[in-house]
Amino acid sequence: MYKIASKKVLNSFVTQMEIEAPLVAKKAEPGQFIILRVDSEGERIPLTVAGYDRQKGLVKIIFQIVGGTTNKLNQKDAGDYISDFVGPLGKATKVEGLKKVCIIGGGVGCAIALPIAQKLKEMGAEVDSIIGFRNKDLLILEDEFKAASNKLIVTTDDGSYGIKGNVTMPLKEALENGVVYDEVITVGPLIMMKFVVATTKPYNIPTTVSMNPIMIDGTGMCGGCRLTVGGVTKFACVDGPDFDGFLIDFDEAMKRGTTYRDFERHAYENTCNLFKKEAK
Amino acid sequence: MAANMSLKRNEMPTQDPVIRATNFNEVALGYSEETAIDEALRCLNCKNAPCVAGCPVNIHIPEFLAKVKEGDFEAAYQVIYKSSSLPAVCGRVCPQEKQCEERCIRGIKGESVGIGRLERFVADWHNAHSAEALKKPESNGIKVAVIGSGPSGLTCAGELAKKGYEVTIFEALHTAGGVLVYGIPEFRLPKAIVQKEVDALIALGVDLQTNVVIGKTLTIEELFEEGYKAVFIGSGAGLPRFMNIEGESLNGVYSANEFLTRNNLMKAYKEDSDTPIMKAKHTVVVGGGNVAMDAARTAKRLGSEVTIVYRRTEKELPARLEEVHHAKEEGINFAMLTNPVKINGDENGWVNGIVCDRMELSEPDESGRARPVKIPNSEYEIKTDCVIMSIGTSPNPLIKDTTKGLEVNKYGGIVVNEETALTSLKGVYAGGDAVTGAATVISAMGAGKTAAKAIDEYLKNQ
Repeated sequence: MYKIASKKVLNSFVTQMEIEAPLVAKKAEPGQFIILRVDSEGERIPLTVAGYDRQKGLVKIIFQIVGGTTNKLNQKDAGDYISDFVGPLGKATKVEGLKKVCIIGGGVGCAIALPIAQKLKEMGAEVDSIIGFRNKDLLILEDEFKAASNKLIVTTDDGSYGIKGNVTMPLKEALENGVVYDEVITVGPLIMMKFVVATTKPYNIPTTVSMNPIMIDGTGMCGGCRLTVGGVTKFACVDGPDFDGFLIDFDEAMKRGTTYRDFERHAYENTCNLFKKEAK
Repeated sequence: MAANMSLKRNEMPTQDPVIRATNFNEVALGYSEETAIDEALRCLNCKNAPCVAGCPVNIHIPEFLAKVKEGDFEAAYQVIYKSSSLPAVCGRVCPQEKQCEERCIRGIKGESVGIGRLERFVADWHNAHSAEALKKPESNGIKVAVIGSGPSGLTCAGELAKKGYEVTIFEALHTAGGVLVYGIPEFRLPKAIVQKEVDALIALGVDLQTNVVIGKTLTIEELFEEGYKAVFIGSGAGLPRFMNIEGESLNGVYSANEFLTRNNLMKAYKEDSDTPIMKAKHTVVVGGGNVAMDAARTAKRLGSEVTIVYRRTEKELPARLEEVHHAKEEGINFAMLTNPVKINGDENGWVNGIVCDRMELSEPDESGRARPVKIPNSEYEIKTDCVIMSIGTSPNPLIKDTTKGLEVNKYGGIVVNEETALTSLKGVYAGGDAVTGAATVISAMGAGKTAAKAIDEYLKNQ
């Protein structure tokens, strides 16, 4: 069992938790992920590491409540336990040698992008960050990004905060104005990453994307997380989750992501009904 | 007692095929005491006991059968237990017809003695009747790490624990048992039986650490730093293979590993399971091994019509005979001499058909099996909404990538000395599928036993 050391609601859909998992905390690096189960009958879900405290043995996760499992997890409080927490899995984001980087986060993906920005800043790299949300209410981690970036741009789809539009607009503007990055690293919805790649491609700026496909074991055994990368089948859990954005078949990844959409929706509704009943 | 000279063996009682194809309860129900004695009486107690040489762990078969004949089932169990630490498992999943039973003299004229069925009977009898709790042996204070809790790891851990070593098993998943839990379905190997074996190890003092991925959470180097004096790698087979044909990334295409893991480990067949699985109308399983049979029979139980597609003939199917037999009884279609070339999908990315070539057999290849060759212009499509690829695995890179100096062969399997299971690294041993690629439970167990013996000798001489 793994204790939830702290819980913080970041917005109405996104929650942050710190989990006591000393072995994972000791090794975790930005870009890696963990797999957890809430209870003994629970599903295994992958979540990318949002931070860690090696001294205290804590691993930070930030998750969006999208399905049955994340809904169940969100019902837990600090001091409660979850049944399983394993990691760190996957390869860490490659940051060695980077001097000037643009970090682009979308929605809850910002949670994963943040530790990468922090690590780069720590290394002395120049970091420009662009973080995008649907609206002001969904904004998370602005202060943290500010601290980890030389320059921070916030976008919202509806213009309720920061620049109106999506993350590719300021990126495109910068590139058009001759800004050159060693690399662009992007984490967020597949469709956003697809357009980030489309924006950087004409300038041939190396672009790393963090993939989060369906997974079970997370150690290479099931093959559920397979992606087509440069025409070759890769497993996100052992070969990734970071990949060269220019090589990813995003359309295929988006289709594969819908495999259990109906099931997830039902599971989410079921857990909601269950919690409502319990509340009564 | 007079020998039973019947040419036929006693039939294994099973659940009715029509009923069992709709549930996940065990198919084979096991011999009764009377049937077991009757079957054991078919053993002629041959002086040279060819069956023993056919057993990868050399169980003293005539000796345990003699005890069954006497009705002393506990004594029979003790005979088996001297050589095999997982008899209830092996009695169910060993390919006996290619091992002990293949060499049985009774098989020359008639059917061989049902050795596997009797092994299962004896193990189940022991589990049901023996109240004797296992005691933790006196510790010798020497720590040994076992990576993976599948058949090789469980065996190695058990053997070492009995000798007094302080054994810790590191398991990547949340439950111990490895392939016995995620791979082999409940209807063939009830999970309660595996759990009983794991509980027995814990009673022997073995420390089980789940949720630890060696190569990620900890490395082998760190295990030595933490005071482990030897390490056994039993991490299993690894990454599922695909055919590299068009359409393998469509929704509805699974590896057998994924399909079976969802169902077995994550219990997706239960209505209230948190883990989803596709309930297809017509499933096509590609491959002919035990895993393919397991996947096919699982899909059937989830309500799908099922066709197994295999490029050779039924004679070459690598699966256990009994599994093929059971699959047929359950109404699974066998499309032999058929080889997929492409998977078709609809506009939303879901599978809707698999295009196959018809094949014929020609000269044997290096493996000694007849080589299937395509019949020109024989292409046809099977309509399907779910395809399960069951064509083997390639080794997992996690341990190799993080262990300096660990030698692997060109396929990625860990190189070991066959006599000792020793790898290229001092104090590091390996066995099971991580070494051989996908093989049987019993050969993995045998390797775990070999390694335990070698580890004991190595550590005694330290």
